[in-house]
Amino acid sequence: MIRSAWICVFLLCIVQGVAADSPHWTRASPKDRARANPYANQDDAVRAGRRLFDDHCAKCHGADALGRGKRPNLRSREVQEATDGEIFWLLTNGSLRKGMPSWSALPEASRWQLVTFLKSLRVAEGSRPAQQAGGPENEP
Amino acid sequence: MLISPRNFHWVFLLLLLSDAAAQDWPYFVTYSHALEEPGNLEIEFKGTQGSPKYGNSFVGGTIEFEYGVKGWWTSELYLSGQHTSNDSTVFTGFRWENRFRPLLEEHFINPVLYVEYENVNEADRSFLEVVGHDNVADLRIPNAESRNKTERALELKLILSRNAHGWNYSGNFIAEKTLNESEPWEFGYAAGVSRPLAFAASPQPCLLCRENFAAGAELYGGLGTADGFGLRGTSHYLGPTVAFSVPSGPAFTFSPVFGLNDNSLGVLYRFKISYEIEQIFGRLRRSSR
Repeated sequence: MIRSAWICVFLLCIVQGVAADSPHWTRASPKDRARANPYANQDDAVRAGRRLFDDHCAKCHGADALGRGKRPNLRSREVQEATDGEIFWLLTNGSLRKGMPSWSALPEASRWQLVTFLKSLRVAEGSRPAQQAGGPENEP
Repeated sequence: MLISPRNFHWVFLLLLLSDAAAQDWPYFVTYSHALEEPGNLEIEFKGTQGSPKYGNSFVGGTIEFEYGVKGWWTSELYLSGQHTSNDSTVFTGFRWENRFRPLLEEHFINPVLYVEYENVNEADRSFLEVVGHDNVADLRIPNAESRNKTERALELKLILSRNAHGWNYSGNFIAEKTLNESEPWEFGYAAGVSRPLAFAASPQPCLLCRENFAAGAELYGGLGTADGFGLRGTSHYLGPTVAFSVPSGPAFTFSPVFGLNDNSLGVLYRFKISYEIEQIFGRLRRSSR
């Protein structure tokens, strides 16, 4: 029994190791990247997204979204130039290995509202690039 | 020293000042593939009240400490006790479980592996799972007798879960093996479906808006043992569940579940309060400076 449990743990480590080699952001399919945001540029969605951001994201990325410690700056050029579909994909899947949880438990509409808010932030001039904190390819 | 005695009281104050909204679904037995966010600690109290026919009514309580170790790994400690009217109040034991997500992205179905060690006595009334031939007759045994028999067991679960169109669908297959007695593997299942009452967030801060409520249904029961797999002699429960999350505050969940056969309790009333503390160790470090 104990031997079987150790075999399970070993197999789990292998699975984790193989998955870690794959770049994350690039895994979004062209179809996912091209998805249109139904709430794009809507003021109400920005306000709702702000509330969701405060509840779920600010603890790691900071209330100003400029990043904290190793947590990326969401007002960097890389993030702001990502398509809505790419950000939505990352919110849905997370980057579990890098510590970004999946937010798939949030309904789709709420995730799009978050995307709308994030894209409303614009690039903060003089702020650090996302790569300094792990890069947008690993964490939004 | 991480925390000096002088500022120790500030630690608790800081812990209480702000928290996060968890991603939990309103289930009591069923697990979904939502894991605790890395660095967050969720403290939860789960209560269960039941009144077995020809037995004394009881209240079971379990306090849970759930910590997000990694994005793909959550660890949880459970401490359980119960009070039976006309009998006594007893501590019934502890459980320690770990959940792992082997696949790091969202798929059509998302598996999670669950491994638990439990050390509980037979007075346990937590109903954290129903397996084997768990039966209403077990609940009529006086605490003085049942608390003397401790079961050390390994429990494995295969959690399958899917989030689609705002809904969550989860199913768990449970296998439990007692380690300190030669008993066969016991099996059980749990399944749940739920959704928030609103899919889009409100632009205005609000307390009683629909997005803060979730509702669903849960079904769980035993599937016999390796010596006698099936529904014969097993108990099963089905009921609605509803949750209310205070924005940046605790979440409350309530579920009355109904026994589906004579082996089950007529009704079990279940409730839980959960509270999530964000980035617990970062917060402790900051408060110690």
